[in-house]
Amino acid sequence: MTVAAVTPAAAATDAREENPWARAWRRLKRRKGAMFGLVVVVLFVLVAILAPLISPYDPVATSFTQVRKPPSWAHWLGTDEVGRDVLARIIWGARASLSAGLVSVGIALGIGVPLGLLAGYAGGWIDAVLSRIVDAMLAIPFLILAIALAAFLGPSLTNAMIAIGVTATPVFIRLTRGQTLAAKVEDYVEAARAVGNPHWRIALRHVLPNIVPPLLVQASLAIAGAIIAEAALSFLGLGQQPPAPSWGSMLNSAQRFIAQAPWMAFWPGFAIFFAVLSFNLLGDGLRDALDPRHK
Amino acid sequence: MSGPLLEVQGLAKHFPVKQGAFGRLSGHVRAVDGVDFHLDAGETLAIVGESGCGKSTVGRLVLRLLEPTDGSVRFEGQDLLALSDSQMRAQRRRMQVIFQDPYASLNPRMTVGAMLSEPLMLHGLAASDAARRARVGELLELVGLRPEHARRYPHEFSGGQRQRLAIARALAVEPQLIVADEPVSALDVSIQAQVINLMRSLQARFGLAYVFISHDLAVVKHIADRIAVMYLGKIVETATTDELFRNPRHPYTRALLSAVPLPDPTVVRERALLEGDIPSAMNPPPGCRFHTRCRYARESCRIDVPVLVDDGAGHSTACPWWPEFPPAPLLAEGTGQDQDRLRLARLQAAFVTSQTEAT
Repeated sequence: MTVAAVTPAAAATDAREENPWARAWRRLKRRKGAMFGLVVVVLFVLVAILAPLISPYDPVATSFTQVRKPPSWAHWLGTDEVGRDVLARIIWGARASLSAGLVSVGIALGIGVPLGLLAGYAGGWIDAVLSRIVDAMLAIPFLILAIALAAFLGPSLTNAMIAIGVTATPVFIRLTRGQTLAAKVEDYVEAARAVGNPHWRIALRHVLPNIVPPLLVQASLAIAGAIIAEAALSFLGLGQQPPAPSWGSMLNSAQRFIAQAPWMAFWPGFAIFFAVLSFNLLGDGLRDALDPRHK
Repeated sequence: MSGPLLEVQGLAKHFPVKQGAFGRLSGHVRAVDGVDFHLDAGETLAIVGESGCGKSTVGRLVLRLLEPTDGSVRFEGQDLLALSDSQMRAQRRRMQVIFQDPYASLNPRMTVGAMLSEPLMLHGLAASDAARRARVGELLELVGLRPEHARRYPHEFSGGQRQRLAIARALAVEPQLIVADEPVSALDVSIQAQVINLMRSLQARFGLAYVFISHDLAVVKHIADRIAVMYLGKIVETATTDELFRNPRHPYTRALLSAVPLPDPTVVRERALLEGDIPSAMNPPPGCRFHTRCRYARESCRIDVPVLVDDGAGHSTACPWWPEFPPAPLLAEGTGQDQDRLRLARLQAAFVTSQTEAT
């Protein structure tokens, strides 16, 4: 009997399907909340990138004739206590908030994923030590730890990002470790071992690509948390330093004038609210879209 | 050829069982408990038994995907267990594996091309990109798929095609031995025959040796040269396929054979069905492990541990009492001669019925 005689090759052409990412995108598009989140996130990113072009005023230029003016045609969102345009500061502040969100989550992913992969894949005492450290860090409330670290490093936006990133790391270690534990007992990982892959290659080429979806979901949710954390640190004076704008520091200065100039507090609060809501909606949508159990 | 391709002696794997918050060791599951067999180049040895008898564990131990607790595995005379990690990786070129579930054994995030290229790259089997691509196409054609399929992902294929891909991956390194762990159990019956035929034609072409692990004697009959029957971590009987089907000696083998469905509803046969469950491998029965379910069990079976004894003609049985048992009825359809015997029996049966009806 020849090999060709047992060929059902034709079936494959009929069973042509889209790849996993295309399928996730199709399912994401169906979710209104997620698409709203995605649109707002893209909008915020564009605003942050194009800040120098679209900002109507210099965000740090003071004007003593324009102190605490309510919204008007000249200043759409009003002015603050030293006459700076609130819209310009919101637009420039998007840079601080978004970069704080992205950079700190980048730090958390950069440290957390390799360590989680190591703990989950190697197991044994490495796992035991790493997991106990993670437990210890998770026992301290997120913001308290971030504040303590930022205070220790000294007040600046960069240090705030580092503090938030390090604080967000344990969650990623734990998530990556758990996903790795589940993936490493799959048959395809054993098959990878059977063809002669070294361990590092199994971890990077066979385990990691298969645990990306939950990490992506966690990352988008963590960005929302990081934006709040940056706002909180800036509010406390540990983040972006004056006069450079940040939504959190704008809130901080607005609190003294909440009765006389409520717009000073309203707009940065609104911006934080929308950014965080959008990242959360996007994360939830991604979670559903990437979950293979959903149809 | 000097000596067998694969020689396994006293192979054992005991999994520790831990209990409670502090992982207190509460015992061992003796999944495999002293298994010996050998396999020649180009030969197929089937390992059969109920689920939980340790047959899949044997497959993984042979390939050192699991570390044995005890025993030795020699491949072409070389002790695999003495090899270092990197030496073992190099040896993996000579021995490959096919898993049961083709939906789990292919990395869903790798294209077929990347999956088949990987072993070539790892073992330095392709000099250039072009050579690698050509070899991937060749492998796909070998298993009845097309070279264009290299660009696709596993989910774009059916179950049977996925198992072909798994076979192609195993063939990529031109191995001498393939351990096939229930390679067709997850497939439709119509697809099973295709995959079995493919495996046989590849064996003839490349002189592959198979360790074929299965619970399905009907499938095993079509591919195996020899069969080893496992029960609770031990081999209870080994013989050539024809011999085992014709003269099953161990009571467990007889029970297994009588459970094979016959494709002829008119055949009446005496069944030796087993009752009860397979005992726990954590706490196996003393003496002969099968005595709790054996219809011929006697007092000494509770105490004496039977050993696998060869009758000089390559038929080994781990039961000292088998010569005293009544001759086994023809329990399952065999090959050639047996087919005729069965047909004759059927004819006689039909004759007897028509006679009684006539009177």
